[in-house]
Amino acid sequence: MGLMVEGKELETDEEGYLLDLNDWTREAGAELAKTENLEMTDSHWEVIDFLREYYDEYQIAPAVRVLTKAIGKKLGKEKGNSKYLYELFPYGPAKQACKVAGLPKPTGCI
Amino acid sequence: MAAYQAPPPEFRELPDVPNKLEPDATAHLSPFVAKPEHQTDIGFPGELVDNWEEKAIDKMGELLGKYRSFQVYMDSCVKCGSCTDKCHYFQGTSDPKNMPVARQDLLRSVYRRHFTFAGKYFPKLVGARDLTREVLDEWHSYFHQCSQCRRCSVFCPYGIDTAEVSMAAREIMDSVGHGQKYCNEILGKLQKVGNNLGLPGKALKATLAEFAEEIEDDTGLPVKIPLDVEGADILLITPSADFFAEPHIDGLMGYAKVFHEAGVSWTLSSYASEAANFSMFIGSYSNLKTVAERIRKAALDLGVKRIVVGECGHAWRVAYSFWNTTAGIGSGAAEDDEFAQALQKQLDHNYPIPQHICEFTYDLVQEGKLRFNKEENDWRTITFHDSCNVARGSRMGSWAGGQFDIPRAIIKAAANNFVEMDPATIKEVTYCCGGGGGLLTDDLMEIRVKGALPRMEALNEVVEEQGVTHLAAICAICKAQFAKILPIYKFPMDMITSTHQIVGDALVMTGSIQEKELDGTDDESDEETAGSEES
Repeated sequence: MGLMVEGKELETDEEGYLLDLNDWTREAGAELAKTENLEMTDSHWEVIDFLREYYDEYQIAPAVRVLTKAIGKKLGKEKGNSKYLYELFPYGPAKQACKVAGLPKPTGCI
Repeated sequence: MAAYQAPPPEFRELPDVPNKLEPDATAHLSPFVAKPEHQTDIGFPGELVDNWEEKAIDKMGELLGKYRSFQVYMDSCVKCGSCTDKCHYFQGTSDPKNMPVARQDLLRSVYRRHFTFAGKYFPKLVGARDLTREVLDEWHSYFHQCSQCRRCSVFCPYGIDTAEVSMAAREIMDSVGHGQKYCNEILGKLQKVGNNLGLPGKALKATLAEFAEEIEDDTGLPVKIPLDVEGADILLITPSADFFAEPHIDGLMGYAKVFHEAGVSWTLSSYASEAANFSMFIGSYSNLKTVAERIRKAALDLGVKRIVVGECGHAWRVAYSFWNTTAGIGSGAAEDDEFAQALQKQLDHNYPIPQHICEFTYDLVQEGKLRFNKEENDWRTITFHDSCNVARGSRMGSWAGGQFDIPRAIIKAAANNFVEMDPATIKEVTYCCGGGGGLLTDDLMEIRVKGALPRMEALNEVVEEQGVTHLAAICAICKAQFAKILPIYKFPMDMITSTHQIVGDALVMTGSIQEKELDGTDDESDEETAGSEES
């Protein structure tokens, strides 16, 4: 199974997550978003960029609460809540946004 | 992402019996098979081995010799039918193979073929069958449509425990290289990184600091969530979802407030930052012990006197029933197990070993050491979902039924509005949330939605008749499952609440902003109040 991005096939797992996060480009993110039926806006990309920065530092996606706080600090309090994030990523910011960001799927009781 | 997009099953008039049987209704459901690395990481063959049929039968024979209960369960069913309609997955799917007796028979038929006289010589007469690829696929499907909740076993006159049959089936499949991705991948992460999430120490530390900051903003008190503190009295072992997901995080902040108010020294461990132990779901005693030993090592290294377990259902069953012999947490470790013996001596036997966070809070409530402003929870009308592994696999307190009384008592201490769901759906006959036993994965979303039906029906009843707004739980799986499932049944997602979230919201901590608001800030205001009363 793979994801076609600009004529090149990127490897994905059974659920369509990229196997190698170094394969990720903005174009790949856009293709991943299509598989989730997401219309990407600047607000979506702000979250994606934050996730990738956080992952670079900590080797894991942030907790939803950490994400909402960070978004709130950066983009204003009205955006710093999980409702805002669920509007952007209806299937859950942790799993769906991670997929678009090319990060591994978080596992566990979540 | 979720493959299952159809609406949930409709609520039934008489929520006990499906309308009609639908053979093979969920035969198409089967979770992802574990990848080779998920298997080998936890000691199983990477892929289906040569002669797997023979090896699976050998494994079955080994389990029959090792677990007397398994042999009894294979032999003693009289097909009385008592269990048939007790399973939430059967109720939600109408698939007859989800009747507990039928699920057992998937394994029992092969058992008969190889381990009974009649089955060896007259297989057709006794419903015995060979282990074929079709049978293996059927096992992989239907033994992952059982959450090992043990509700059926409550109704079995012989006490046959389908959970143990499921565990045996999964162990046999693992042993021939055909495991389930979700459980096995997670067990690998747990043994490498220390938790199911794969959350490294640095990220854990940063995350906990954020939560502590949030509590301080809220209360005005420097409440800490300590990590790796040597010499602390209490080691908290909690599900890693408490560091990551909603509403789990609010439960963790509730524990932190209670510990702070109790004035005890406590710590989390980055090495053992997980209460969950999915080894139980796959019936793997060796993995169960390996995971439990991480907690023992953390307890010995940190020199703690007590071990408290956070809100996690199956983890509490593992802790309560297996930590004693596997890790020396409690009594009963082997005499030649020096580390377990050392830990048994190190821990303070004046307290339960291990102790549930609900027991810890309950004791403080009983001693009058916690002050609550119950009005903080007046906007909620709360009901409580008993988690299967706590209800039927363990206990709290020192009396029968303590596991039912204690969580309810602490909710009632912190909140005015509490109601019960239908008695046929709570306590010892509680329904599973639908996501337990290793089923909490997106590739099984359809069975999770359908299996939640009985619980959603009981919830709907108290929502409509008694205005319930919140469903409290004490299990990370239940919380995650309900957060996903409630919206599908048209309930608000944030209806699901951690029990210690309710506790934390009403707790009036000494010196906190909340205390000052309730009591007035200083003497001057007291005088003013007194003065106004006089005039």
